[in-house]
Amino acid sequence: MTDTAPNAEAFVMAVLLTLLAAITIAIVRQRNMFGVVILAGIYSFLMAAVMMALDAVDVAMTEASVGAGVSTVLLLATLHLTGSMEYPQNRSVAIPAFVTIVVGAMLIWGTSGLPEYGAADSPMNTHVAPTYIEYSKNYEMPPNIVTAVLADFRAFDTLGETAVVFTAGIGVLMLLQGGWRTGSSGRREEEDDDPEAADDDNNAGGTSA
Amino acid sequence: MRLDLILRVGAKLILPFILLFALYVQFHGDYGPGGGFQAGVIAAGMVILYALIFGVRAAKHIAPPSVVEMMVPLGVLIFSGTGVVSILLGYNYLDYTGFHYDFLHAHEWGILIVELGVLVTVSSTMIVMFYAFVERGRR
Repeated sequence: MTDTAPNAEAFVMAVLLTLLAAITIAIVRQRNMFGVVILAGIYSFLMAAVMMALDAVDVAMTEASVGAGVSTVLLLATLHLTGSMEYPQNRSVAIPAFVTIVVGAMLIWGTSGLPEYGAADSPMNTHVAPTYIEYSKNYEMPPNIVTAVLADFRAFDTLGETAVVFTAGIGVLMLLQGGWRTGSSGRREEEDDDPEAADDDNNAGGTSA
Repeated sequence: MRLDLILRVGAKLILPFILLFALYVQFHGDYGPGGGFQAGVIAAGMVILYALIFGVRAAKHIAPPSVVEMMVPLGVLIFSGTGVVSILLGYNYLDYTGFHYDFLHAHEWGILIVELGVLVTVSSTMIVMFYAFVERGRR
């Protein structure tokens, strides 16, 4: 039992990570934005499965609902406005490729300095986490320590996160609805928005290329 | 668009269970995985699925934009107001100990209220964003 379990986990992780790499390559090569959005949704579901394999069910749930659900719908709504074909890029890919390879190599080099996954003596597990676990046990806090940490021990952080979501919401409202609410003056803002939408399309192409 | 019978019937079957799952994730967050953020997104996902299948007008009937827009700041208000209440009860900001004479119950209540604030803000923000994008394509 103890011998087979880690092997099975490693096998599942290897399959998932291979699929993630394949999806990433497909996204880079795909010129049709509709295909990119759908592939990004598949990527999010695979990522949710990876999070499940890492026992981070909260994160998996968030990844599946936000990454694959809501953001896919919002991106499809955006494609409805912008059209789904990427403009051909005339610029050279040499510099972006160089930057990507260097940054990627640095990140891979950086992972060699990380503690082993799940190591009990890593700084992450020896700093404040033992205090949280001890408090949760001594004071009989909610059995799910993640909830206790998020909503009680670190409620300030969660308040900040909620404020971030709130700010993002009113930001989108102001950008997308501000124009026509004001009536005739909105006409001019609308026309300013169109080149911006084209810019977004270019940026999306730039990150995927 | 009118002929997608399987989608409509399937969605009608699934929708109540999505909402039920959102409530389960919300109120069972003390014991299992989940919390306000996940529950909020799942609840918003239910409204968005409803809008995709039955049209935005029908979705605006069950989740009116004016109400949803009010909910965006309301959640932050619930969260930060909980902190103010705990100050008035003589404890630190967002220290729920004063809500009940029993320590465990006090903190359970505090977490429940705070998560409710997160749920309200997150779900309404997602729905508001969806409405904003869809409205823009409609004109």
